[in-house]
Amino acid sequence: MPSSDDWINKPLGVVEAMFGKKTHAVPSLNDVPLHYLKPNSLVKFRCLVQDMFDPEFYMGVYETVDPSTKANVLRCGKYKDVTECGVDLNSRNTVTAERQTFYCVPIPGESPWAKEISFLSAARVVPSTSYVPSRQKRSYEEDDDDMDTQPQKQREPHTETHGNGDSKRQETEAPSSQTTAPSDTSSHLDLNFPLPGERGPACLVKVYEGLDSFKLNDTLEIYGILSVNPVLTVIVYPHRDPSLLLLDPTESMETPEEQRAHDPPASLVPRLHMLYARPLQHNNPLLPSDPTEDQSAFVSSFLVEMASVRAELLAYLTHVLLGDGLAAEYLLLHLISNVYTRRDVLPLGKFTLNLSGCPLNSYTERLYQIIQQLVPCSYRLSMSLHTMNSMRLVPKKDYVANRLVSGALQLARNTSLFLDETQLEQGQLDSSGVRNITALGNLISWQKVDYDFSYHQMEFPCNINVLVTSEGRSLLPSDCQVPLQPQVTPPNMEEYLTTIHMAQFTSQINKFRVYLSLARTLDYSISDEVTKAVEDDFVDMRKDDPQSVTAEDLHRMLVVARLLSLSLGQTTLSRDGWMRAKHIDMLRRSRTEQQKSLNGNEP
Amino acid sequence: MSSPTSTPGGRKRNRDDIPVTPGSDGLVSPPSQRRRGQDSSNGDLPAMPTSPATDIASPAVHDTSLFSSPRRSVLPSEVDMSSPLMYGTPSSRVEGTPRSGVRGTPARQRPDLGSIRKAPQVDLHSEPPSADGAVASEQAVGQKLVIWGTDVNVGTCKEKFQRFLQRFIDPTSNEDENAGLDLNEPLYMQKLEEISVVGEPVLNVNCGHVQSFDADLYRQLISYPQEVIPTFDMAVNELFFERFPDSILEHQIQVRPYNALKTRNMRSLNPEDIDQMITISGMVIRTSQLIPEMQEAFFQCQVCAFSTRVEVDRGRIAEPAVCRNCNTTHSLALIHNRSVFSDKQMIKVQESPDDMPAGQTPHTTIVYAHNDLVDKVQPGDRINITGIYRAVPMRENPRQSNVKSVYKTHIDVIHFRKTDEKRLHGLDEDSDQKLFTEERVQTLKELASKPDVYDRLSSALAPSIYEHEDIKKGILLQLFGGTRKDFSQTGRGNFRAEVNILLCGDPGTSKSQLLQYVFNLVPRGQYTSGKGSSAVGLTAYVMKDPETKQLVLQTGALVLSDNGICCIDEFDKMSDSTRSVLHEVMEQQTLSIAKAGIICQLNARTSVLAAANPVESQWNPKKTTIENIQLPHTLLSRFDLIFLMLDPQDEAYDRRLAHHLVALYYQSEEQIEEEFLDMAVLKDYIAYARTYINPRLNEEASQALIEAYVDMRKIGSGRGMVSAYPRQLESLIRLAEAHAKVRFSDKVETIDVEEAKRLHREALKQSATDPRTGFVDISILTTGMSATARKRKEEVVQALKKMIQSKGKTPAMKYQQLFDDLRGQSEAAITKDMFEEALRALADEDYLTVTGKTVRLL
Repeated sequence: MPSSDDWINKPLGVVEAMFGKKTHAVPSLNDVPLHYLKPNSLVKFRCLVQDMFDPEFYMGVYETVDPSTKANVLRCGKYKDVTECGVDLNSRNTVTAERQTFYCVPIPGESPWAKEISFLSAARVVPSTSYVPSRQKRSYEEDDDDMDTQPQKQREPHTETHGNGDSKRQETEAPSSQTTAPSDTSSHLDLNFPLPGERGPACLVKVYEGLDSFKLNDTLEIYGILSVNPVLTVIVYPHRDPSLLLLDPTESMETPEEQRAHDPPASLVPRLHMLYARPLQHNNPLLPSDPTEDQSAFVSSFLVEMASVRAELLAYLTHVLLGDGLAAEYLLLHLISNVYTRRDVLPLGKFTLNLSGCPLNSYTERLYQIIQQLVPCSYRLSMSLHTMNSMRLVPKKDYVANRLVSGALQLARNTSLFLDETQLEQGQLDSSGVRNITALGNLISWQKVDYDFSYHQMEFPCNINVLVTSEGRSLLPSDCQVPLQPQVTPPNMEEYLTTIHMAQFTSQINKFRVYLSLARTLDYSISDEVTKAVEDDFVDMRKDDPQSVTAEDLHRMLVVARLLSLSLGQTTLSRDGWMRAKHIDMLRRSRTEQQKSLNGNEP
Repeated sequence: MSSPTSTPGGRKRNRDDIPVTPGSDGLVSPPSQRRRGQDSSNGDLPAMPTSPATDIASPAVHDTSLFSSPRRSVLPSEVDMSSPLMYGTPSSRVEGTPRSGVRGTPARQRPDLGSIRKAPQVDLHSEPPSADGAVASEQAVGQKLVIWGTDVNVGTCKEKFQRFLQRFIDPTSNEDENAGLDLNEPLYMQKLEEISVVGEPVLNVNCGHVQSFDADLYRQLISYPQEVIPTFDMAVNELFFERFPDSILEHQIQVRPYNALKTRNMRSLNPEDIDQMITISGMVIRTSQLIPEMQEAFFQCQVCAFSTRVEVDRGRIAEPAVCRNCNTTHSLALIHNRSVFSDKQMIKVQESPDDMPAGQTPHTTIVYAHNDLVDKVQPGDRINITGIYRAVPMRENPRQSNVKSVYKTHIDVIHFRKTDEKRLHGLDEDSDQKLFTEERVQTLKELASKPDVYDRLSSALAPSIYEHEDIKKGILLQLFGGTRKDFSQTGRGNFRAEVNILLCGDPGTSKSQLLQYVFNLVPRGQYTSGKGSSAVGLTAYVMKDPETKQLVLQTGALVLSDNGICCIDEFDKMSDSTRSVLHEVMEQQTLSIAKAGIICQLNARTSVLAAANPVESQWNPKKTTIENIQLPHTLLSRFDLIFLMLDPQDEAYDRRLAHHLVALYYQSEEQIEEEFLDMAVLKDYIAYARTYINPRLNEEASQALIEAYVDMRKIGSGRGMVSAYPRQLESLIRLAEAHAKVRFSDKVETIDVEEAKRLHREALKQSATDPRTGFVDISILTTGMSATARKRKEEVVQALKKMIQSKGKTPAMKYQQLFDDLRGQSEAAITKDMFEEALRALADEDYLTVTGKTVRLL
């Protein structure tokens, strides 16, 4: 165990020393309810930086006077909120230092399976000094039997056994875990989660070092010291003595709203003093999260399997998309797309897919549930008139409470945003509805969200995979539109999809999950030779039909080619890859045109 | 505006002198004590809220200071004269305010400096200082005396400042505040004179001036503002009343320094800045109601009606426990309406968006304004604040001894300076001078001296967009802009210096991307979409503030992009009424508003970069630009350059395009940076050229322009019509000037004119080519119809007339029959449109009328 000196002098070193062997032993705020955690213990938290508060000055070093002995003791003020008794405010040894507070929330839209697995894998490693009752000695295997003792999941329907049942269990559990999440009590306090219906602890993270390296909407795994001192709870006196208000400059500075936002009760929003933060590339618990040899070994071992997993996944998606293989191919490409760089204003690598011709009734909902099972982060935005008019999509600065009020578009990178346009009916959009639609359009075209700062707007780049399902062509822009052509028309859609889903083994689903997250992280390049071939090809295509092949088409085909290669685990573009990309794009285009002419004849 | 007016609602305070009150203990400024090395006898929280009724554990020192308000006739006998902290300054209350002129002029408290803070001096050399010597310290002895915790010597400091006021001359000053002053005379003496005339007892002092005059004084001012500024006050008042012994001021002159160079950015504030003078820029986001802050409490004894006054000390009032007159304990009660209050306002300031690193949220700071600075700023104003940075420890609950280890910080304002106010008044365009370091200027100049700088810059513009070199060049020139010329003497007002550009072309030719790029590049860019903007959104609207019920003018995109570029996407989708507001903006560069009782003219010196799609969404090559975009030509002629963004449909082009795009997808970041200029360099380059370069035409260039114009006129006159208008000449001049700016040249030379001509021709060639003849025909732009089309129309009319005449006396004819006949007769194809047009022309001549399907002769 590191000594207390180590903690004060080089806490980072202590934490870093723990890496590799003991990181799992650190309890996670995401999994363990707050009241099971000891104050001032080391915890970790997987989160998104939702807001950054103003920097604050604190007493880095201060002196206390013991009232009885009159002895002066020098103390360190770092990593704590509250000082000991008898601070000598006039001591010349006081050192003022600066730190910043981040308001962090759990990663929005994190899929239930991702939470589940990371919870289980954390619990597998037994903490040596366990202060978490009923969390010990749990392994993945034992898990099912022990489930009932879980305080968090008591009410969970629990009938299935291993194997086949696993997937079913996860699925049925998805809605129920929402209601049993730990912080039910926080309902009266607005924790400012980006997505409605989210649960989990929000946290005020005090950051001491490297302030500039953090950005809004970063996903981080933070290791820090938990502080839940009740002193932190502000007592807001509703009828305060007005004369007090006049005289004390500190009192009148903050509005009650601001106090509520910045100093919520520590029992609901714990403070976390950051020792170390690791930026997360992804939040898929099935993948090693460190960019170490560990991961590259994992990648290379998985690459072998890649093609076969892809085929299985494609077959699965084809079933889900009612037998439409082409749409399934595009959906797969969409799921691994990623904005990998930006060239001045242009985001490269985005691939917004518009699945048109979706059957009505709950099909899209079921489709979303299936996608949710595959990706670690997702959100379904049902674009009904009511939600478009009433929902807040773009985060807005609330100057009264001095915080950034979150909106549904404040999402972590690589979140799958499922826009369900089939829910849209005729009617009038009011001004906020128009703003919301514009925001969605901007998101799709430029991969940025303009946060509303009332006096000005600020642009925040994002990296969100947008999938639009619609009846006809979507009113939103998209990189690629695929009209769905169902090959089968099951009489009972619900049953059909459930059966498909049930037919998959958990192990297989897990493979899909790893595959989708991994394919995204691969590097990619184009050789000079292929570049030449692509150029020639483009020139030829233009020669044949200059009207229909534009620069935009080339953009899209290059993205398709990239994704296609990556989906097969190839990190360079081959001639074949290019031809295949061209081929499926041709198929898609002919289908769209077919659709167009069909529609053209209708009226 | 920094010159204060009289405080609304603020009561006058009767004070003799500010800086020295005997009997106080040391200054307590919590977080910075280590710097000051100060030892305080007061162990309590300085900011602890204390109701007057509670007797806090205040040490005896307090009680003594309570009654020592210097201006009372009751001279404090209790003051411990032997205290080592008890000193007087030369101009202390014994003498009253600086001698002669001050007479009745009261001093006003300066809550901005923390007026209660007294400034005791210590003798550096005698240890411990003898009380007598200190009290009697005269200026001569004072050499060795410094204010406790600082290295400031009041005497020297005062002398230095007076010397500064008397001698400082800044011949190069161009601040608007110094307008009308003789720059070769001592600047601040003139300001004092102004004060004696105007009667506003505030002297704004530019710290930059102080620094250039005496760096040491400047350092002291920055480091110990709350000691040095009162000293400055004293110095000024002495000087002022010496000079103008008869002037009557509301209160004594207060010195307000501004433009402290220490800090510019809110983000860079750190614990070291506490209790120092700083200047930051930011935007006001919230202002509080006026807060009356008690400065002096009035107590009256319930028993004997003896009254006493107690000053607020660090936010609290120590209630006297014993009445000094009748010795009754706890008999004194606070009389609210006889206490003295000062105005105070809390202002929240947010970092301005330009200062922020990408991906982070803006910081906010709390600012307190006092007295006449209250209500000087409104939410939304961009301001520079000079003030003293403070930190106060927080105590969450008075009953708990644990303290939250966090300080609350705020700034006590000394000076406000609005940064955008000049824009509204239109005094000078270069108000926001960007500071360039020497090195930066050097790199920029180096770049400018390269022969291919023009090409380099244009290729650095939106590198992700392929080709369209001429369009990029056009936009580049637009970014630089021409030289502003003032003809208001001769009654024509300002000549527009901004270049307007219209991009027109097929969907998907990266027009929007180009607009986005420009919008991101320029500091004052606005981006709107024609579909989503209304006339109001573009210009300005009047709004009633829900809180104050005040009418507020909210400016729209065009006004906001004053001195910038307004990018309007989907220009064609804009409604006509919206578009019509652009007429004024695009030529006169102003916006007139007459709404809800507000009539005004705002400057909107904005360049317009618009993008439009063709009417048929796809460009019809068989039609002219006008027919393709269907914009009123009054508006079109206001664009200096109209570019078509069309698919060239050429193999070589395709190949290059493909190469470019593929490269885009696999090149790494570093490679690109090598290839292209950094966006930041480009930004600085443009900002520098716009600020410092004002090219003028030289003789040859004027000749070249004249020739060019004559040529343009000639082309048209050959076919019997005017083809170029003065507007085109103006465009040429602007473009030539902009090109000279690109070269950092102060002279517009022939090469600039050549390039302007070329670009103008290129743009014209594209947009004014008559598709029927292939000739460039500028009349397409000015009348909306090409010369050949007109000729053709005339021919049809004549043919029709002839045909009707040849038919003899038939009063009425069938419409369809006539059309068929005409088509049969004419060798060229005649469309129905042409036929109808011809009929209309004849009807205009009163030759015939068309009623339904019949044509009657008249």
